[in-house]
Amino acid sequence: MSRRGARGPGWGLLLALLLALGVVPRARGVEEQGGTVQGFQVVTFKWHHVQDPYIIALWILVASVAKIGFHLSHKVTSVVPESALLIVLGLVLGGIVWAADHIASFTLTPTVFFFYLLPPIVLDAGYFMPNRLFFGNLGTILLYAVIGTVWNAATTGLSLYGVFLSGLMGDLNIGLLDFLLFGSLIAAVDPVAVLAVFEEVHVNEVLFIIVFGESLLNDAVTVVLYNVFESFVTLGGDNVTGVDCVKGIVSFFVVSLGGTLVGVIFAFLLSLVTRFTKHVRIIEPGFVFVISYLSYLTSEMLSLSAILAITFCGICCQKYVKANISEQSATTVRYTMKMLASGAETIIFMFLGISAVDPLIWKWNTAFVLLTLVFISVYRAIGVVLQTWVLNRYRMVQLEIIDQVVMSYGGLRGAVAYALVVLLDERKVKEKNLFVSTTIIVVFFTVIFQGLTIKPLVQWLKVKKSEHREPKLNEKLHGRAFDHILSAIEDISGQIGHNYLRDKWTNFDRKFLSKILMRRSAQKSRDRILNVFHELNLKDAISYVAEGERRGSLAFIRSPSTDNMVNVDFSTPRPSTVEASVSYLLRENVSAVCLDMQSLEQRRRSIRDTEDMVTHHTLQQYLYKPRQEYKHLYSRHELTPSEDEKQDKEIFHRTMRKRLESFKSAKLGINQNKKAAKLYKRERAQKRRNSSIPNGKLPMENPLHNFIIKEKDLELSDPEEAPDYEAEEMSGGIEFLANVTQDTATDSPSGDTGSDAPLTGRSSPPAAAEKPPAARAPSQPGPAACDPAPPTPVPAPPTPAPARQTTPRTLSRGRGLRRGRGWSAAGCRVRTRVRRRRAVCTAGARSSGPARAAAPRCSSSRLCRRRATRRRTRWSRRRRRCDGCPRALHVVPSTAWSRGPPVRGLE
Amino acid sequence: MFSRSIRVGAVSSDQIEQLHRRFKQLSGDQPTIRKENFNNVPDLDLNPIRSKIIRAFFDNRNLRKGPSGVADEINFEDFLTIMSYFRPIDITMDEEQVQLCRKEKLRFLFHMYDSDSDGRITLEEYRNVVEELLSGNPHIEKESARSIADGAMMEAASVCVGQMEPDQVYEGITFDDFLKIWQGIDIETKMHVRFLNVEAMALCH
Repeated sequence: MSRRGARGPGWGLLLALLLALGVVPRARGVEEQGGTVQGFQVVTFKWHHVQDPYIIALWILVASVAKIGFHLSHKVTSVVPESALLIVLGLVLGGIVWAADHIASFTLTPTVFFFYLLPPIVLDAGYFMPNRLFFGNLGTILLYAVIGTVWNAATTGLSLYGVFLSGLMGDLNIGLLDFLLFGSLIAAVDPVAVLAVFEEVHVNEVLFIIVFGESLLNDAVTVVLYNVFESFVTLGGDNVTGVDCVKGIVSFFVVSLGGTLVGVIFAFLLSLVTRFTKHVRIIEPGFVFVISYLSYLTSEMLSLSAILAITFCGICCQKYVKANISEQSATTVRYTMKMLASGAETIIFMFLGISAVDPLIWKWNTAFVLLTLVFISVYRAIGVVLQTWVLNRYRMVQLEIIDQVVMSYGGLRGAVAYALVVLLDERKVKEKNLFVSTTIIVVFFTVIFQGLTIKPLVQWLKVKKSEHREPKLNEKLHGRAFDHILSAIEDISGQIGHNYLRDKWTNFDRKFLSKILMRRSAQKSRDRILNVFHELNLKDAISYVAEGERRGSLAFIRSPSTDNMVNVDFSTPRPSTVEASVSYLLRENVSAVCLDMQSLEQRRRSIRDTEDMVTHHTLQQYLYKPRQEYKHLYSRHELTPSEDEKQDKEIFHRTMRKRLESFKSAKLGINQNKKAAKLYKRERAQKRRNSSIPNGKLPMENPLHNFIIKEKDLELSDPEEAPDYEAEEMSGGIEFLANVTQDTATDSPSGDTGSDAPLTGRSSPPAAAEKPPAARAPSQPGPAACDPAPPTPVPAPPTPAPARQTTPRTLSRGRGLRRGRGWSAAGCRVRTRVRRRRAVCTAGARSSGPARAAAPRCSSSRLCRRRATRRRTRWSRRRRRCDGCPRALHVVPSTAWSRGPPVRGLE
Repeated sequence: MFSRSIRVGAVSSDQIEQLHRRFKQLSGDQPTIRKENFNNVPDLDLNPIRSKIIRAFFDNRNLRKGPSGVADEINFEDFLTIMSYFRPIDITMDEEQVQLCRKEKLRFLFHMYDSDSDGRITLEEYRNVVEELLSGNPHIEKESARSIADGAMMEAASVCVGQMEPDQVYEGITFDDFLKIWQGIDIETKMHVRFLNVEAMALCH
């Protein structure tokens, strides 16, 4: 845009920075130093060579580190919005630099802002826009964005002019047009600020989309108003004719519709391109960024609304792009976009603070500043009330008084206004500095004061909050039914309403657009309901594996009794809100494994093979493919073998069948605990989900963290779970005992008469009947058991230790044992390092980590023998079933597992 | 005739006139509409659950004429009764009325699912509906649709019954269960049609 003409980026900040840090002598001196030496130099110090990128990188680092700092204290960030903290930080940094150098060389220049910082934020907003909500409220949003902004600009400008005429502001060199120009740039609600503040407030989605949509779409109005008044100021008030005004109005339509059109065209292009990227998966994500950025630049070039262009590019392409690109690419896009947006936001706010520290730009006029603040707040409120009054006559969901208050209060001004005011030409606008300082005050006031108070306000007014619900299959299905019913009713009653239009669009999209823009394979699977179903299945599978890992064994998957209740066997409420990671399990179970490896190795071999095969088979059968561990082969162009699709489908169907079977079993009442478990699982999954992707807060996985949290959770939830754990202890211990003691050939079909009682289905009656003796088993430390019983607080990791002692031991013997084993793992580590390493190696190599990780803990229980016999027979049967299975295992348990495979469509 | 529909709280007089015009257009100036008349609505052809919706217009339960069965033809009054299921919730309504209104709307949907009028949506019925719902997408196989229905049914069972006794059988979703499933879900925008002339909306009651 011409108005946003370039101004060299002020990266001459080297000196100040160095001075501020007080580390290195001035760069010039370094150069001179270099000049005195003759001949070849081994090492040279070339600061100027790297100066610009170096400083940029440093600033980004400072901003990011600052962000870490803020989040060290939850109290602070829960009260003060991050944007406000960043501004304050910027002020402090700016102050330091100023004190050191007396040159304000760091400022947020319009070029940097409009070309590099704003696009990622807006693209992020568009790409993750909830489309249905957005288009459902489009009318409302447009009204606020267009009429509201014009209203704000006009009233603010005119009122200020009126006060100026009354002489309250003293002597200023300003005309009416200058006031209107100022009004137009200060009127627009800022997308960056709104997003930053509202993200932490969690108002209901309708309210959010209205305020946020307004802030995005008002760009066109701002651009036009700004350009028009700037040119009017240039022309001089007397030379403005009626024709110019008409031109201004025409240019509004050109700028807004043109920008939108550019965005849509580029979205089409982008979708089309991603349709054919199957063989260049690795650069797939790049297309998304490059093409949308091009849409921004193109419309900037054509002096159209760039923000509208990139917003609509994101909105329109999201459906097709998400369907076309691979899951990995989708994840990459998602994370990269969030990272860029969040980074840009951080830098913007910090530099807003830094920019303010410059005495040269400050010109104070109390009346002007205060009145501006008053006017923008008051007129915004009036505008909102008036428009809502009109809108409510047409809206189905009424906007209530409370909503209106939040909407008026949420009208935050931000960096766009600042960048625009800095762009003003001082020769034309005589009082530029007054405008700049007032804008800074306004921005700071809205972001800091309103940002601080909006949260309490929302709570006080009891604004309907957004609730994060799990997607439910029923809800989606009924929702779909409603859609069809509504459009049918509109058809029958012969009118054209929202539903009619949506229905027509859906049909058009399915018939034409999707066919052109989507991969054929994607066309099939792109259905909302299917997606939800897929997601739910995925969660089932993930928690299924997690459950197995947590128990340290995938054995329960193998039990025939669980065959018909796959992903249902979650009768214990699980203690972990964080999934167990394999590494944790390895650590926990290692001591048990390490025991007698040498002697056991031989005997176990044959069993292990079977076991591996069975595990492999089961995994293939029931689980979505876990995240691949990448081969160490280096290739720039290949990341993963892409065998996903057919496997996905296959597994999908299989799991569905399993679900059906389990449903039947539910009908027959076989598994009574399932429901509770399921609910619990949901809840848990939700927790996981909730932590997933707010802007800039991507989930972090830290094994140690995991470990500790998990331990704590164990402590907390101990009492009520104890019984289950005894049962579990039983199954875990005994199975592995069985592995060892049954050294006879597993293939021998000898024990076919063995009862088929479910071994591991914890809720099944036979197992329950056997509970008491079995539970005792682990507590008799057999010769092979290295695990000291619970009371021994062997040298343990320091953190969770105190909590552990509070555990009611009587209640949780099984658990205690388990944990004891875990700690003893830590204790044993030194003593048995060699063995352990070996054990781990074996486990890793044979790659059935969790299964391998547990080991015999008692050896001489009659009961165990009995069970072992039963096990053997089952294996032999199983093995026969498994014959078609390849021996080699591809599934490598890694920590990635605990996160589960990347979930599609979670965004 | 009009008096009753106003009692029903259907739609305002302007809208009634408009709907009456539409009704005549559909019926070909006859006093009643038969199922075949709906074939004249071309936009309806693409609707995957078209038959279910049309059937709902003739369902005695929706017409408040009986516990089961299907009417052969409906007059304008009945037509209005059906339409009144879709009126928006008025802000002037108190909490109780809103709840009642909501219940009515859900009942309409429930009746659509429960095709044999036995007060339960059985697995068969659910599968049937889901298959139809998804029939719009040619890429989804029947098997998928069925499994989705099964999954949904399981979900419903877990929401409604919670823990089941060993020999308990979940026969199907009753209306109470249905309400339970909908608990906490806004249907404000989902089950409302804003009829064109909103001006008269306020006169609704």
